[in-house]
Amino acid sequence: MSNRKYNKDHEWVTVEGDIGTVGISDHAQEQLGDVVYVEVPDPGKAVEQGGEVATIESVKAASEIYSPVSGEVTEGNAALGDEPGLVNSDPYGQGWFYKIKLSNAGELDGLMDEAAYQSFLESLD
Amino acid sequence: MAAPETDIQHTPLHALHVELGGRMVPFAGYDMPVQYPSGILKEHNHTREAAGLFDVSHMGQVRLRGSGAAEALERLVPVDVVELEPGKQRYALFTNPAGGILDDLMITNAGDHLFVVVNAACKDQDIAHVRAHLGGDVALEVLDDRALLALQGPQAGVVMARLAPATTQLFFMTGAAIEIDGVGCFVTRSGYTGEDGFEISVPAARAESLARRLLAEPEVAPIGLGARDSLRLEAGLCLYGHDIDATTTPLEASLAWALSKSRRAAGARPGGYPGAEVIFEQFATGVARRRVGLKPTGRAPVREGTALVDATGRAIGQVTSGGFGPSVGGPIAMGYVETALAKAGTEIQAMLRGKPQPVTVTKMPFVAQRYYRG
Repeated sequence: MSNRKYNKDHEWVTVEGDIGTVGISDHAQEQLGDVVYVEVPDPGKAVEQGGEVATIESVKAASEIYSPVSGEVTEGNAALGDEPGLVNSDPYGQGWFYKIKLSNAGELDGLMDEAAYQSFLESLD
Repeated sequence: MAAPETDIQHTPLHALHVELGGRMVPFAGYDMPVQYPSGILKEHNHTREAAGLFDVSHMGQVRLRGSGAAEALERLVPVDVVELEPGKQRYALFTNPAGGILDDLMITNAGDHLFVVVNAACKDQDIAHVRAHLGGDVALEVLDDRALLALQGPQAGVVMARLAPATTQLFFMTGAAIEIDGVGCFVTRSGYTGEDGFEISVPAARAESLARRLLAEPEVAPIGLGARDSLRLEAGLCLYGHDIDATTTPLEASLAWALSKSRRAAGARPGGYPGAEVIFEQFATGVARRRVGLKPTGRAPVREGTALVDATGRAIGQVTSGGFGPSVGGPIAMGYVETALAKAGTEIQAMLRGKPQPVTVTKMPFVAQRYYRG
């Protein structure tokens, strides 16, 4: 899990080859509370870094998901349609949102690694 | 109407909320728990399955004393207060001259006085409104030295019976002065969840010990404002400032049931409250819009403020409360639609993030009420 990178909107991305997998952090799911609905993007959708790409609804409110990287969506996590609670129970595993073919791998260098993200979280308190 | 954050107030249970891990948020000028560590879904379900303890001390509690108290209150609400029997409780609405709703409230005839509970965000305005209309023979006492706890759920009755056997004499919409754990309380069998339950007015100094005593019972868990909202939405109950306000009339709000027969045009004491002419007219000729239940077909929640349109895309209303109903297992909402489209079963659409989503007008409550009627 050492290659998981985060943006300041609490999304994460892990990369294998040129395919990234995106989700939200444990901190984010905890802040949102029980997730009841996730709208994941369709394959083929072109996404800019920082652009709105998905919607997540908790019992409290709706939030937008901002893509940590640019590229083209290759798959949305269909399992979240039936079981949105996976975002809470397994945010870094089965609770992933979408896979994306990276168009600019250099963007990863601008994201935070695990240690940097943890210090970022501490700075929020 | 929320107070500035610097003026944020604490209820007598504030320290207990923090100790229990409550996530505190400003609400109606008070720092209140939106949830505890178990989370809104579990808290909601716990209330439907066992018993939930809510701090509703932010609400206003008022006592009206004097021989003319019921008559004085009747001048402000389209509800029968004069003939409200001792021990009985009734839902009421303060109306304005346009027939709009200034607040909703609960009135209990406590024998030698009327015990009134109003919404937190409206309480200062309500108290001023009542004071301005009282005769010299009525004394208004604001009970700001008392907390208000709600114990709600199918096991609330057995818990209360254990602590205070006298509570078994109460049924839905009744109240009495009852001693709990040696403390003089005023208890009503009512609430805001659709479940059996109680609201307990307790001296502020004894509120925390009573809350701890209740939480020590195996059936009881603390419940925050988040679950309070999903529970009341499933029960089809209005949230003031959202589903009803000064621009909505009781008939538009589908609250005609709350308007006592005796205060209607053909009743024994017709009118005599603000907006009576408007309300009579609406009874006679109908209203252009109505509050209805809404059931989205998909899984996406439809939130407050979402526009409602008909099949042709014409605007026909708006969602006033909406979210996920844990006991329903899907999204639920309420809102106002044109009366012609207010019939249960009518298919309309909600504009969700720019895309129309099918929604069915639905009878409320979404979850069957389980009040204890004796």
